[in-house]
Amino acid sequence: MSEREPEKRTRGVSKALQQVAKETVLGIGGLREALFVPFLAILSALIIGALFILISDPEVISAYAKLFQEPGRALQATWKSVSSAYGALFKGSIGNPSDLYQGFSTLVETGDTTILRKAAYPLSESLTNSVPYIFAGLAVALGFRCGLFNIGAEGQILIGGLASVWVGYNITGFPWFIHLPLALVVGALAGALWSAIAGYLKARTGAHEVINTIMMNYLAFRLSDLLLTDPRLMGRPTGTPMTPQILPSAYLPRLLGSPLRFHAGFFMALGTAALVYWFLWKTTLGFEIRTVGANPDAARYAGMSITRNFVLAMGLSGALAGLAGANEVLGVTHFVGGGFSPGYGFDSIALALLGKSHPVGVVLAALLFGTLRAGASKMQMLGIPIDIIQILQATIIMFIAAPALVRLIYRLKVEREVTEVVFTRGWGG
Amino acid sequence: MPPVLELRGISKAFPGVLANDHIDFTLEKGEIHALLGENGAGKTTLMNILYGLYTPDEGQIFIRGREVEIHNPSDAIAQGIGMVHQHFMLVPVFTVTENVMLGVESTRWGVFLKREEAAQRVREISEQYGLKVDPNAYVQGIPVGVQQRVEIIKILYREADILILDEPTAVLTPQEVEELFVIMRSLVQEGKSIIFITHKLKEVMAIADGITVLRDGRVVGTTKPEETSLEELASMMVGREVILTVDKKPPQLGEVVLEVKDLKVRDDRGDLAVKGVSFDLRAGETLGVAGVQGNGQTELVEALTGLRTVEEGVVYTLGTDTTHASPRKILEEGVAHVPEDRQRDGLVLSYPLLDNLVLNTYYLPPFADSIVIQERAIIAAAKERVERFDIRTPSIFVTTASLSGGNQQKTIVAREFSRPIRLLIAAQPTRGLDVGSIEYIHDRLIEKRDEGTAILLVSPELDEILTLADRIAVMYEGEIVAILPAEEATREELGLLMAGAKRLPETLTAQRREKEALTER
Repeated sequence: MSEREPEKRTRGVSKALQQVAKETVLGIGGLREALFVPFLAILSALIIGALFILISDPEVISAYAKLFQEPGRALQATWKSVSSAYGALFKGSIGNPSDLYQGFSTLVETGDTTILRKAAYPLSESLTNSVPYIFAGLAVALGFRCGLFNIGAEGQILIGGLASVWVGYNITGFPWFIHLPLALVVGALAGALWSAIAGYLKARTGAHEVINTIMMNYLAFRLSDLLLTDPRLMGRPTGTPMTPQILPSAYLPRLLGSPLRFHAGFFMALGTAALVYWFLWKTTLGFEIRTVGANPDAARYAGMSITRNFVLAMGLSGALAGLAGANEVLGVTHFVGGGFSPGYGFDSIALALLGKSHPVGVVLAALLFGTLRAGASKMQMLGIPIDIIQILQATIIMFIAAPALVRLIYRLKVEREVTEVVFTRGWGG
Repeated sequence: MPPVLELRGISKAFPGVLANDHIDFTLEKGEIHALLGENGAGKTTLMNILYGLYTPDEGQIFIRGREVEIHNPSDAIAQGIGMVHQHFMLVPVFTVTENVMLGVESTRWGVFLKREEAAQRVREISEQYGLKVDPNAYVQGIPVGVQQRVEIIKILYREADILILDEPTAVLTPQEVEELFVIMRSLVQEGKSIIFITHKLKEVMAIADGITVLRDGRVVGTTKPEETSLEELASMMVGREVILTVDKKPPQLGEVVLEVKDLKVRDDRGDLAVKGVSFDLRAGETLGVAGVQGNGQTELVEALTGLRTVEEGVVYTLGTDTTHASPRKILEEGVAHVPEDRQRDGLVLSYPLLDNLVLNTYYLPPFADSIVIQERAIIAAAKERVERFDIRTPSIFVTTASLSGGNQQKTIVAREFSRPIRLLIAAQPTRGLDVGSIEYIHDRLIEKRDEGTAILLVSPELDEILTLADRIAVMYEGEIVAILPAEEATREELGLLMAGAKRLPETLTAQRREKEALTER
C-alpha cells in the first residue's frame, strides 16, 4: 500500500491538472487554447475599453476637433489618455515595475523591506481583494453544482460579516486562538442559516431559490441598516451607522506588515477551495450534490434525496458566503459599516460562471476580479470615471466568458465536432 | 433517367475512427431505400454529410445526375433534401402551423405572419399525403406519432423530394408504425424518394424497396427484400451468425417475490393512470407487461420502484410492505430497476462511465469509507464490469454521453446486475438498441431468470414479450385486462387485448378474481 502512495499522488495531480485545463476559465483542451484565448480576450477588452476612455476624455475630444489642423496633437492626446489610464490599471493592481525593482535591490543590499513593502502595496491589495471573491465564488459555484442559483451571496456575506463582527467586539477575555476561530465559525454559521431558509423553502414548497434569495438580500440589507443605526443593537453611540471595532484577538493576522493589508485569510481561502474540491469530488455527499445538479431524475432513481441535498448545498453555499463576510471583517475592515460589501456577492455569480463552477477556476477568476478591483481604484484616483472602469471590467469578463466570440474575431480554427444539441433545463426549476 | 441521388466513394474520418469508408449509395426516384446498420455503423454520419452537417473527406454527391456540393443544411434544402431527425426539433408551445413555418415564415409587410395561408398549405400537404394533423393544435398536446407527421410536413412544406427519415420508428407504437408505413407508401406514390434509416430488420422487410447494409463504415451489401431473409440481413449487419430466437428452459418457480394488490397510481396531471392493478410474481419467472405505451405502464413501474406516490393499494416486495417506501429502501431490498428512459433516469450523461457504474451503490463499502469515496475500489469494479458486460468504451473515464445507446444500456445492466438482486423491473430494456445489443440484453435477462430472479418486463414490443415472458399481462387504460401464460398467447389475441377490443375474464389470475370480490364487497 504505502509504496504505491507517491504514484497515486502524481497521478492525482496530473489528473487534477487535466481537469483544470478542461473545466476552468481556460476553455476546452490544449495549452494554446488555455492561454491564448484568455490573452486575446483581455487584449480585445482593453481595445474596446480604450475607445470608451477616449470618448470620455474632454482633452481627446477637443484634440480631435482639430484633427486636420494638428493631427499630431490628436494622436498624442490619444496615446496619453489611454496609456495613463492603463498604466494606472497596471500600477494599481500589480505595481510600478521600477519601484518594485528598487525595493528588491534595497532588500538585497541592506535587508530593509520598507521600500519593497511600499512598492508591493498594489499587489497586496489585489490579493486582499480576491479573498472575499474566492469565498463568495465558491459559494455560488457550490450552489451551481447542485443546480441551485444562489443569488443571495451578497446578503449572506453581510449576515456573516455582522455575526463575525458581533463576536469580534462583544465576546471578550479569550486568547486569539479561541476568539478568531469562534468569530469565523459564527460568521459561517450565520451565512448558512440565512441561506438555508431559501433552501428549505425550495425543498418544502418548491418556491424558486432565485426569487427567495433575492428577497433575502433585501431583508439582509434592511436588517443591517437597523442593526447599524441603533446604538442599542450594534450601532455606535455617536449615531454613525457602523459597528464598534473588533478586538485585536479576533484579527486575522496581516502577514506582511504595515501598510500591506494582505492577511491570513488569503491562505484560508485557498485552503477552502481545496476543501470544496475534495468535498465535491471525493466524498459521497459531494457526489450526491453533483448528481442532483447534473440530473435530478437520475439522482432520485439512484435513491438520493433531492430535498436533503438542496438544503445541504444551500446551507454550505451560505456558509462559504458567510466566510467571505467574516474574512472581510476580521482581516480588512475590523468593523461593519454602510457599504460593507461593494457587490462581492453579485460579482461572484459572474465569477463562478467564468470559473466553470470549479474551485480552481473560481480561484483564478477571483484573482482576476480582485486585480481589476485594485487597479480600478487607482484609475479612479486618476480621474477616470468609475463608469468607464466598470465598462472595462464588464468587457473583459464578457470576452473571457465567450471564447467563441474571441475565436470568431481572431479567426482561430477550432476542431469542430458536431455534437447533439442539448437543451438546458432552464433555471434549475 | 439518372437516379435521384447517388453517393460515390464517400469517406469521412474522425479522430480515431473511419466513420465512412468509400461508401457508394444509390437512391432511385420513387423508392424507399433502407439504410440498415447497427449503432455506430456510420449511417448517421453518412446522412449528416448528405445534409451538409459534415464535409466529406473524399467522394462525390450527385443529385438528379448533377454533381453538387453541400456545405450546410440550407444547401441541402435547396437541393430538395429534407431530414426528419430521430429527436424531433419542434417547439412544444407553438402550433403545428407555427412549427411548420418556423424559419421560412411568409409575412405581410415584413412583420405579420401569414398564418392562415400557411395553415392552408399545411392542410393541403396533409390531405395530399394522408398525413392527418390539425394545423392549429399545439405540439405539446399531440401524440408522438402525430408530432412525427408534423416533422414530415415541415420538410414537405420546404418542397423536399428526397426525404431522410432517421430511425423514425424508434419512438412509435406498433400501430403508429403501421400508420407511418402507409404515409411512406403514399409519399413515394406521389413521386418522393425516401431514405429510411433503421436497425429494425422486420420493418425493412416490410416496407423497403432497396436495402443497403452498413457495417463499420463500409457498405457490406445492397439487396432487395425479396432476395434476402431476416437471418441474412442480421448476419450482414452484425458480421456473424445471429440467433434471433431465444431458447429458454421452463421456469423454476420459487416463492412470491412481488405482490401487488389493487394498486392505484396517479399520473403527473393527477388523473388515475393505474386503476386497481393486482398481480404477483414469483422467483424464477418473467412476467411480461404488454400494452401500447401510455396505458399506465410507466406509472406502474414508478410506483413499484418508489419514484411515484401510491394512491391506494399495497405492494409487498419479498414480504416487506414497500407501498410507501423510498427508492433507496426498495433498492436495498434487492430490487433492480432498468428505467424506461435510460438517459433521463438511469444515467448521468455528463459523468464519466465509472461513476454511472456505481450510481446507486457509491455510498456502500467498498466504494465508500464513511463519507470518503474510495476511488481505487470504484476503478477496479468499473474495469471488471466493463469487461464482464462487454461495454465497448475506450476507457472508463470517458463521459457516458459519448457511448452508443447499446453501451449506455449495458452500463445500466452492468450496474444493476452487479448488486445482489431478487427482483428486476425492466422497462423497455431494449428500446432503440441494435440487434447485437438486443440479443445481449435478452440473454442476460434469461440468465437472471434462470438464476432465480423474478423479472417484471414492461415492453410495448410484442416480439420481446413473446420471446422472454413466461406469463403475459396486458395493460389497457390503466388496468390489467388479462394475464395469460405465454405459450397460450398469440400475437393476434394480444393485439386485440392491447387495443382494448377484448377482455379475457376467464383467464384472469386468482388475484384479479380476489380483487373483483373485494370491490364488490
